[in-house]
Amino acid sequence: MTAVTSSDPLVSLAQTRTRGRVRRISVAGGLAIAVVVVFALSLVVGAAVISLPDVLSTLAGQGSRNTNYVILELRLPRAVAGVLVGVAFGLSGAVFQNLLRNPLASPDVIGISTGASAAAVLGIVGLGLSGLAISGFALSGAVLTALAMYAIAWRNGVSGYRLILVGIGLNALLLSVISYFMTSAQVTNAQDALLWISGSLSGRNWNQVVPLLVSLVVLVPITMVLGRVLGMLGLGDDTARGLGVPVGRVRLGLIVAAVMLAGVATAATGPIAFIALLAGPIGRGLAKDGSPALLPSALVGALIVLVADFVAQHAPFLPNLPVGVLTGAIGAPYLLWQLARTNSGGQGG
Amino acid sequence: MTAVDALAATDSSDGHTPTRHTLAAKGLRLSYDKKEIVHGIDLELPPGKVTMIIGPNGCGKSTTLRGLARLLDPSGGQVLLDGKDITTIPNREVAQVLGILPQHPVAPDGITVTDLVSRGRYPHQGWFRKWNAEDDEAVAQALTVTNTAELARRPVGSLSGGQRQRVWIAMALAQRTDLLLLDEPTTFLDLANQVELLDLLTDLNRRSGTTIAIVLHDLNLACRYADHLVCMKAGDIVAEGTPREIVTADIVSAVFGMRCDVLVDPVSDTPMIVPIGRHHTNTPRDSESTS
Repeated sequence: MTAVTSSDPLVSLAQTRTRGRVRRISVAGGLAIAVVVVFALSLVVGAAVISLPDVLSTLAGQGSRNTNYVILELRLPRAVAGVLVGVAFGLSGAVFQNLLRNPLASPDVIGISTGASAAAVLGIVGLGLSGLAISGFALSGAVLTALAMYAIAWRNGVSGYRLILVGIGLNALLLSVISYFMTSAQVTNAQDALLWISGSLSGRNWNQVVPLLVSLVVLVPITMVLGRVLGMLGLGDDTARGLGVPVGRVRLGLIVAAVMLAGVATAATGPIAFIALLAGPIGRGLAKDGSPALLPSALVGALIVLVADFVAQHAPFLPNLPVGVLTGAIGAPYLLWQLARTNSGGQGG
Repeated sequence: MTAVDALAATDSSDGHTPTRHTLAAKGLRLSYDKKEIVHGIDLELPPGKVTMIIGPNGCGKSTTLRGLARLLDPSGGQVLLDGKDITTIPNREVAQVLGILPQHPVAPDGITVTDLVSRGRYPHQGWFRKWNAEDDEAVAQALTVTNTAELARRPVGSLSGGQRQRVWIAMALAQRTDLLLLDEPTTFLDLANQVELLDLLTDLNRRSGTTIAIVLHDLNLACRYADHLVCMKAGDIVAEGTPREIVTADIVSAVFGMRCDVLVDPVSDTPMIVPIGRHHTNTPRDSESTS
């Protein structure tokens, strides 16, 4: 920071604020542009490469029968699902990690998304449900898992680390529940099984995207508004309460919102691994100002999902993988690194 | 001109200006996990004065301060802000007149000094209120007064202990409250920084008439800086008054279980407690007060 600063503290303050605002806008803007670029790429590239002008005219309603099918029925819902799910998981992860003050406290690590998935599988395989009912089941699954985790981890209050351990255990349990449902229902379509275990965008159409969009239209603004106060909670409960923050209510509201975000996203695409885990730290790293960085985290989440899905579909040396396998490949080493770092830092408990 | 500046401009000759808000405890009982720590105390913070709360480890002084700051709900009795039960006043309104700096405050990773101090304006802002000139002025003044303006762009985590504590004080100052409570603000600071901090708080009190209450573990600094001293033991208040009135060798021995001599501090003319241990005493002497 070598810019000339006035010795007048008020002017210097105004400069600092402007600088912060500029940085926030550039980070968010840069990420948004990146998302748009990859989004456009995923509409253009495929088995049949459709040029960008053709894509745009199809979106405007002027496409041929072929491009209409490929763009409007196949690629667009898939790409939109990718963005929405990335935003939802990214926000959910960032909120959880900030509230519990631990980068490991991510809904995908501690079993919230897996719980949503198990409930969705129960709905599909056990009860033959579809559409909105699946979303409802997934949501309930996420909420029930969160409640169960809290209840099991409670011993005169809940310590963050105990919650994470219980969550990891529940995650493993719920994965086996999903596998059980798969085998007992004789799901022979491997894609279906993979969808609910590691998350996939393949075959996602407007039936999944529309309920997701509707849920996010409600949940995202609520989360962002509550998120304005998330930074205050980072000062510690006592200081926050001393500044007039309704700590208990805000925390409850944020947890509920974050759990629901993970739930509705899982309902659409299955629990795409590690988006929630990765988006928060990357978002915070880009923002670099100690804030919870919810908007950058949401955009980073969308970007990771879109890029991973693009690579998973079109990389020359890979078979057509579900996106969750790819994000798992990036996320798992990161998780191991985080775990090792936490332990060596003495926070292993 | 803000209210606080107006207040400062009407300084009377002894530097004490009338404050508008009062904080008191009546029959206050505070408990942790069903164990009662504070047993029904009555305490009024004298408006416009610096009150220090002292006592041995575990006597309940920090608990009392947290109770006064409504961070802890009473298990009995009341905390009265301007004569009204503080639990009936909306939290944000309380935060506009009462500031608390707790022990071990936490700063998020990477937050800058300016951002942290700016958080102090939250009670005056609400969910959607934007930054206005008064907010900026409060933050700028807080940075100037605590000599942290040159640190404004640095991350709080990169500062020394003394600097960091001054930044936390700046955040409390930016809140511009009439009442300010501080829980052991000088722990982990070296002597020079301790004195500097207490001088800063005295400035605030003399300039703006802010009522200040501090839990302090250093007895001699407490005797020097307090207008009003509150001495606690095992959840009760055992003595209250000016340091000259209440600090005697007998009281110190009864409360702290320590033999001592009480002399007159040659620098400030306030009581100075000189502990008598088992070693390094010149002649065996009884603990008679020499004030």
